[in-house]
Amino acid sequence: MTNVIVARSVDEALATLSEAPDITILAGGTDLMVEINRGLRQLNSVIALAQVPELHRWSIGEDRLMIGAGVTYTTMLNTKLAQAAPALAQAARTVGSPPIRNAGTLGGNLGTASPAGDTLPVLAALNASIVLDGPSGERCLSLEEFMVGVKRTCLAPGELIKAVEMDHLSGGQEYLKIGPRNAMVISMAGVALAVDRKAKQVRCALGAVAANIPRASEAEAWVGERINWDSGTGVDSVLAQEFGQRMAAESSPIDDHRSTAAYRRHAVGVLAARALQRVFSEGTNGYV
Amino acid sequence: MSCLQAAVSAVEHTSVVIDTKERSRDRGVGADVSRPDGVPKVQGRFAFSSDLWADNFLWGHTLRSPHPSALISNIDIGPALAFGGVHAVLLASDVPGQLNFGLDHQDQPVLAADQVRYVGEPVALVAAEHPDIARRAAEAIVVNYEVIAPLTDSEAASEAPPMHPDGNVIRRLGIRHGDLSLTGEVVVEGSYEVGMQDQAFMGPESGMALPEEDGGVELFVSTQWLHVDRSQIAACLGLAEEQVRITLAGVGGAFGAREDLSLQVHLCLLAQHTQKPVKMVYSRDESFLGHVHRHPAKMCYRHHADRQGHLIKVEARIVLDGGAYASSSAAVIANASCFAAGPYKVLAAEVEGLAVRTNNPPCGAMRGFGAVQTCFAHEAQMDKLAAALGMDPVELRLLNALAPGDRLITGQVITGAFPVAEVIRQCAQAPSPVLPPTNDYRDLPGGSGRTTKAEDTVRGTGFAVGFKNLMFSEGFDDYSSAACRVSNGVATITCACAEVGQGFVTLAQQIARTELSVDEVILAPAQTVTSKSAGSTSASRQTWMSGGAVQAACRKVREQILSDVGAKWDVSPDGLVLRDGMVVCIDGQRQASLAQLTAEQDYEADVVFRHVPTQTLDENGQGNIHVSFACAAHRVIVDVDPDLGLVRVRDITTAQDVGRILNPTQALGQIEGGIAQGVGLALMEEIVLDDGLVRNNSFTDYVIPTTLDMPEVTIAAFIEEPEPGAPYGAKGIGEPPTISSSAAVAAAVRDATGLSLERIPIRPYDIALADH
Repeated sequence: MTNVIVARSVDEALATLSEAPDITILAGGTDLMVEINRGLRQLNSVIALAQVPELHRWSIGEDRLMIGAGVTYTTMLNTKLAQAAPALAQAARTVGSPPIRNAGTLGGNLGTASPAGDTLPVLAALNASIVLDGPSGERCLSLEEFMVGVKRTCLAPGELIKAVEMDHLSGGQEYLKIGPRNAMVISMAGVALAVDRKAKQVRCALGAVAANIPRASEAEAWVGERINWDSGTGVDSVLAQEFGQRMAAESSPIDDHRSTAAYRRHAVGVLAARALQRVFSEGTNGYV
Repeated sequence: MSCLQAAVSAVEHTSVVIDTKERSRDRGVGADVSRPDGVPKVQGRFAFSSDLWADNFLWGHTLRSPHPSALISNIDIGPALAFGGVHAVLLASDVPGQLNFGLDHQDQPVLAADQVRYVGEPVALVAAEHPDIARRAAEAIVVNYEVIAPLTDSEAASEAPPMHPDGNVIRRLGIRHGDLSLTGEVVVEGSYEVGMQDQAFMGPESGMALPEEDGGVELFVSTQWLHVDRSQIAACLGLAEEQVRITLAGVGGAFGAREDLSLQVHLCLLAQHTQKPVKMVYSRDESFLGHVHRHPAKMCYRHHADRQGHLIKVEARIVLDGGAYASSSAAVIANASCFAAGPYKVLAAEVEGLAVRTNNPPCGAMRGFGAVQTCFAHEAQMDKLAAALGMDPVELRLLNALAPGDRLITGQVITGAFPVAEVIRQCAQAPSPVLPPTNDYRDLPGGSGRTTKAEDTVRGTGFAVGFKNLMFSEGFDDYSSAACRVSNGVATITCACAEVGQGFVTLAQQIARTELSVDEVILAPAQTVTSKSAGSTSASRQTWMSGGAVQAACRKVREQILSDVGAKWDVSPDGLVLRDGMVVCIDGQRQASLAQLTAEQDYEADVVFRHVPTQTLDENGQGNIHVSFACAAHRVIVDVDPDLGLVRVRDITTAQDVGRILNPTQALGQIEGGIAQGVGLALMEEIVLDDGLVRNNSFTDYVIPTTLDMPEVTIAAFIEEPEPGAPYGAKGIGEPPTISSSAAVAAAVRDATGLSLERIPIRPYDIALADH
């Protein structure tokens, strides 16, 4: 029989984890239960985090947002977080169906660490810090440091993901994603784009087209220099197309049963060009 | 509670008592009666076959081949037997009767003995006290495989070394019709391909078998045809048919995938061996490996027409990949070939149909049964021909539309109702919906991924017509049986018709109310113990066949009642009618309550109902092999994002030949559901194979349409031309919506993009990366 411990606080969870570092962490269960149902994972004991109030907290600061690891996609979509991080809300909307969005969490998306994880490109574009807590205390990592490979993280035994901090930007944001149908899909290619008007930067990250979540730093730098930051203009379709091609060049997709590398690379280019044009041509960048 | 009671209680949902406050005339044939199992299903209270329970039952698990082709040199079950809680580990050598099963001929091993021929082929069975133990024990069985390079190319299969003792050609047939020397002034050619679609029912294969004291076995299972399961199970178990007692358990969809056996023999073997009830529920991953799929097709076509657009000759070569075992491939290739030219008059036709064996997963029945594949091809050809002629594609179809009195390419003269021109006209003339540009992502290609704005899209419209046979063909002795008993004014209908969602549970009651003027109708559980065969719930046949059997049984009871009352009153039974629960003399003088009459004496009748016999095909593929036909037309509007290759279907308008509507909501449900499966095949649904390996056996990666993929369905018209010989003139409705909807979606995407798109499903890269 599987032993389930329901933690009521982060301290309690950490104490349990330190005693049993190989215990399985259960957040929303939207990935874990699929693995269990498919017989891919056998559980001895589980620590459930849904009853830990600290993990459900979120706050909007002037420069940074803090989102607890237990915050659900529905919360990212239906609260003021959606205005503070529109691309995160857009990414959250593309995840599953309403019941899945009610259960699935930001921490869970990070813990699974799939290159197709929908919030991950947004977190990369927003310079997120992932706050871990464990036996050797708290530490903050960038997504690049945290996610070390396909479904692999640097989470140490006894550690858990506590929260994510990310930039609260004033510029436009977009998350565009392609799947094999119009809803409830795993990403075949995704592009997150966020404008930092203060730093005069366009920040972009890619989903499902590499083993990690790459920031397209060369394309970012290239386009940043070509935008008239005072007027917010300079983005025409020619520029957008070239930006798209540069973004595509920074992807390293593969052929698999969901799509082909050639299509994914092409799609990154189209999505990036559209995202750039949308953030610079449209008044609102909020979630529709 | 005993095992038996527990299991029976799980299927009690099939007995439904009707609210007697509502009068029969409002709830008879033609009325919008709601399904008795509808609300329970929506509320989660319906007992599916996966909900069966009994005291002290064991869980069964199947060990399956990971290889598409391999010899088995040795199997060591020792490690599985070492698990605590394991009660049985069975291999092919434990099968007491016939080692093979199969619908048409018995070529598929119950368990693989010395060779596996597809990924997922069952090799061993385990029964244990917990499903995890059963699974882990099965995984511990050591099978030594000697892997062989798989045969996966259907076009190479007929010439390749045989991968099965019966050879690689399951059926080859030729249709030669008319003067084959004829040629047309306008000729168009094309090569078409259809991927492997799955039925993707929601309720996975599941059931429970219980050992019986007489050495027999009782089985509760979701299936499409109880009696054909029974004969196959009995043969494999070495039992008399009567010793295998099957009751239908709650079915969560079928669409053809439950016509073949899956876990039936396995469950019974384990129950016999352990002398305990055994339950099995396939996981979703396993379900995709555990049933047959729609045949992938490769088709080459050449159409000849004169300058006015009259079809002169159709030449076609059709290759269906049957996978490792025959299943119903022989009948599917016959259908694909017979309907290869579509519902059109054609002077001459030469069709070669070939169903072959490969090391791909076995294929068999799926909604549309061969007609779907060729409809995609013949409708693409008709559009090509219209373009070559400079004709409107709808006009071309109308010009060539088959009608009663015309001959099919099999030489059969169409009798009965067959309003092809009318479905085309009604569908094409229906007003087009107003679909202004929108920036609501839910109505745009890419949906919630927000990839696309209105300015990124192009619109296209497509039109397609399809048809197929109703009921079993080629000389098959096709029948159904039903019994009716009226007691205390309550009618009880007993029929082994498998309710798989098609609506027989509602129709049987509607028919009984109409025929007997009763309020309350009980539909007894479908079982093999007292019922004779009702035939398969497939081929759009149960409303006609089992509906016909119920109607005949009810009429026989009515005759007996009226005859007895007539004798008592000394009047001719012709002067008596049943009305509002009363036997009424038409002179208005006398009446008697049916409840009273049937309280004194039960009235019963048991009938077998057959359709007219059919012939087989001769050496030229000619013969009156079909009973009846149904057709439908679909008009589809799509918005396409050509840069990304994404599609949003915006509207599907349809007209369908239905004979007569017996239940409008159920008819609409069949049409909407069938169209959704057609949209799925056109745009997304495909079992992805990689050298015989299945790459997407999950609902994560085998995607079916969501509400953001399905458009509004507009019914332009139900064409109600009653079909002679069918009860109330009603035709089966289930398959035509699937046949031409895929073709119409593909046509609309072609119209939007200008691409030839000769393969479905259309993948995003087929559009976005196409050479223009």
